Formats: sequence, structure tokens, C-alpha cells
Amino acid sequence: MITLTDVHKAFGSNRVLRGVNLTIPSGESMVIIGGSGTGKSVLLKCILGLVHADTGSITLDGEDVETASRDTFLARFGMLFQGGALFDSLPVWQNVAFRLLRGSLKRPKDEARAIAIEKLRRVGLKPETADLFPAELSGGMQKRVGLARAIAAEPEIIFFDEPTTGLDPIMAGVINQLIREIVTEMGATAMTITHDMSSVRAIADRVAMLHDGVIQWTGPVTEMDATADPYVQQFIHGRAEGPIEAVR
Amino acid sequence: MSILAPVAAIGRLVLGGLATLGRLALFGVEAVSHLFRPPFYPKEFLHALMQIGWFSLPVVGMTALFTGGALALQIYAGGARFSAESVVPSIVAIGMVRELGPVLGGLMVAARVASSIAAEIGTMKVTEQIDALVTLSTHPMKYLTVPRVLAATLAVPVLVAVGDSIGIFGGYLVGVNRLGFNPATYLKNTREFLEWSDIASGLWKGAAFGFIVALMGCFYGMHSGRGAQGVGRATKSAVVAASVLILATNYILTEVFFSA
Repeated sequence: MITLTDVHKAFGSNRVLRGVNLTIPSGESMVIIGGSGTGKSVLLKCILGLVHADTGSITLDGEDVETASRDTFLARFGMLFQGGALFDSLPVWQNVAFRLLRGSLKRPKDEARAIAIEKLRRVGLKPETADLFPAELSGGMQKRVGLARAIAAEPEIIFFDEPTTGLDPIMAGVINQLIREIVTEMGATAMTITHDMSSVRAIADRVAMLHDGVIQWTGPVTEMDATADPYVQQFIHGRAEGPIEAVR
Repeated sequence: MSILAPVAAIGRLVLGGLATLGRLALFGVEAVSHLFRPPFYPKEFLHALMQIGWFSLPVVGMTALFTGGALALQIYAGGARFSAESVVPSIVAIGMVRELGPVLGGLMVAARVASSIAAEIGTMKVTEQIDALVTLSTHPMKYLTVPRVLAATLAVPVLVAVGDSIGIFGGYLVGVNRLGFNPATYLKNTREFLEWSDIASGLWKGAAFGFIVALMGCFYGMHSGRGAQGVGRATKSAVVAASVLILATNYILTEVFFSA
């Protein structure tokens, strides 16, 4: 279980997070929604320790993420980055098997390659893709490779940062479906950041809306449409009028 | 506008410069401390060695060849004013080995390597590849900086040694074919006046310059701003800082090695 308590983060005078309180139960798929620039990615990076929160606490199964052993902590995570963040200099299979080729999870090269090809197949890519370089792939294929990399070491927790950004609706649907299937079959805890409502409906068990540096609303995805919260209603219906300023 | 605005601007500039210097010093200390602590990445080191050493050889070799030739012509023309044309072989050798080989080699490597490292790491930063490395339990300093710094520190002295030889050969070609020196006499004079300490000083300088080049490339790449402009600025800063530091370090090392 991931628990955030009164998390604050500012960049200079820009106070991005102003007291975030959120709990993500184990095995659940939590989707964080909110407008651009509201601090969703910062929140995710705070949990991973890529950005350090100014105040407040973030715990994973009761252990503070700041004091936990980094290697052990990160070994529990997989992450799909917004742009894929694939390593240009490595072929696809080495990107997928990156964690399996070095460090505490190191396996023999042949075994790592076999796992990479299996994971590529799981995300709908042919084995021939394994020896291509990221620059030779389309945006959708890069997302799938990123997804394969995120699940390669079978993590307990997977983060997805804007998984469908820049994809056409069909490819976005394919990625959403893959994420849902993988999270369910692995029994992983998932946290997804998005402002794509089709992703929210496809991926989420629970939804949290981040606005003005705090969680404005949180609840099961089944209750999202019926909630009276004006922020959620404005956001999910894409209205210009409402409590969220359209000009930011 | 307040009359103190220019003073404030100068103050900001100085503070900014000092802050960068502090960050650079901490970065350098951290890089050196990681040189001796596992995990090590031998594949990345070998790749960096090829990129920095082997692929810099043509540009360093060409620079040395033409510099040696021009040096021979200059010394001959200058020496003719006081009938000292015969010093051409020894001055070419000492000049190349002590100063021009390491400095020009270092500057050429700075132009080629510091820019490429800064652009590569800067692009990795803006495309979140460095964040991805961290989430994959890989320390960016160990994986990106240490192999490059180590490779450059070891490869540049070798480049300098090769450059010195090619530079002396350039002087020989001009001396023998253009200035009419006897080949055997030219080689004898070169050998006679060149000392091991001249060669060693150039190689130490090469190691220092290699360290500087890679460190600047990695530092500015890791601290790159956002977008294409940020990467461009990081690349430019890496080359400028590496070049200036090479020249400053060259003066300091020359004082250390040759001051009476």
C-alpha cells in the first residue's frame, strides 16, 4: 500500500503540491486525473524518489520511501514513461531486459533475451522487433516496448505516466486494454497519470482528481460520473466553465 | 529602473558563477568517488574508449601533422634571423611533446567529445531516459559519467602520444622535403634533445585534459535545460568550459613541471 500524507513540493515560488493525502491499496489500479501542469507527474516522481518532497511523508507498506534501501525499493517498481524513455543506443530487447542484464536481478544473456522476447510478445510485438533500435519504431510500438520494459522484472507496482499521449484512438485503446490486462493478471498495484478519459474508464479501479496541489476528489471509477463534485464534473465533461480556470 | 540594478545584475552573475563552480566541484568529487565503488560497467567503458579514443584519432592526427609542419616552417624562418636554423628538429620535438601535442589534442578532443557527451546526456535528460535509468535501479553517475571520465582520462594520453609522433613526423617531412635537412641528422637531433621528462609531462597533461573534457561533457549534459535550446546551451557550455579549463590547467601544469 502506498500512502501519501500532507505532501508538499514547490519549485521556487511555484507551489505545485500543497498537501496531498492519498492512499493506494495493494492490488488496485489508481488513476490520477487533472489538468496539464497540476503536478501529477511531480507527484509520481516524488513517490519514486526522482523528486524529493519538501514536507510530508510517503510510505510504501509502512516504510518511508526516503529512508528505504533504494535498490530494494526500486526493484519493486516498473514504470512506463510518457515518451517511452527508451535508450537510443540499445536495441529493443536490451531495453526490455535492461534490469535483467545488470544489478541484483542479473540473468544469463540468453535467458534475459528470451524473457524480453516473451514480454514483447505479451504486448503484441513480434520477436523480429527485438533487434531493432528505438528510432526505428513508431510511437505506438515505442509505448509497447516501454510497457514491456516496465513489466520485464515482474514488479509489484507499476506506474504509467500519460500512457496514451500522442497515440491515435485505436492505438490508445490497444495500450489501455494491455495495461488493464497486465495489471489484472500480474495482480500489481498500478498508478496511472492521465487526462485521457477513455484511459480512466479502461484502467481505473479508483480515481483521484488532483487540482490546485491537493486531491480534490477520490473514489471508485464507478462513482465518478455520478459525483456532484464540480471539479470532477467539469473535467470529465471537458467544460470551459466551472471552478477550474480554463486559462492557466 | 533602480540605479543599483547594474550592481544587482553583476552580483547575480557572480553568485551564479560561484554556484556553478560549487556544483561542478561536487560533481567531480562524486564522479571520482564512484570510480572505485562497484557496480562497474565494463561494456560502457569499452564503448566510451572507442568513441573517445579510436574515433578521435583522425582529427588529432591531422591536427598534429599540420601543426608539426607549420612549426618547422616557423622555427626555420625565425631561426634564420640569428643563424639558428639547425634547431628546427629539436624545437619541433620539444614544442610538440611539451605543449602543442597535449594542448591541441586536448582542444580537438574537447570540441569533438565534450560536445557529443553533453548532447547525448542532455538529450537523455530531456527525454526522461535518465529518470528511466534510476527507476531501473541504475545510478546515472556510475552508468553514464564514470565510464566516460575513465575512458577519456586513459585515452587522451595515448592520443597525445600518437599526436606527438605524427606532429614530429610532420616537422620531419617539411624539414627534409621543403627545408633541405638531411634525414639522418634531423632524426638524430630530434632524439638527442628530447628527454623522457618532456614526454611524461605531455602525457600527464593529456590525462588531465581527458578528465576535464569528459567531466565537462557529463556535468553540462546532466544539468541540461529543457528542450532543444537547453541541450544546445549545455553542449556549447561544455565545449567552452572544457577549452578554457584545458588552457588554464596547461599553464598550471607547465608551472608545476618546468618552473625553475
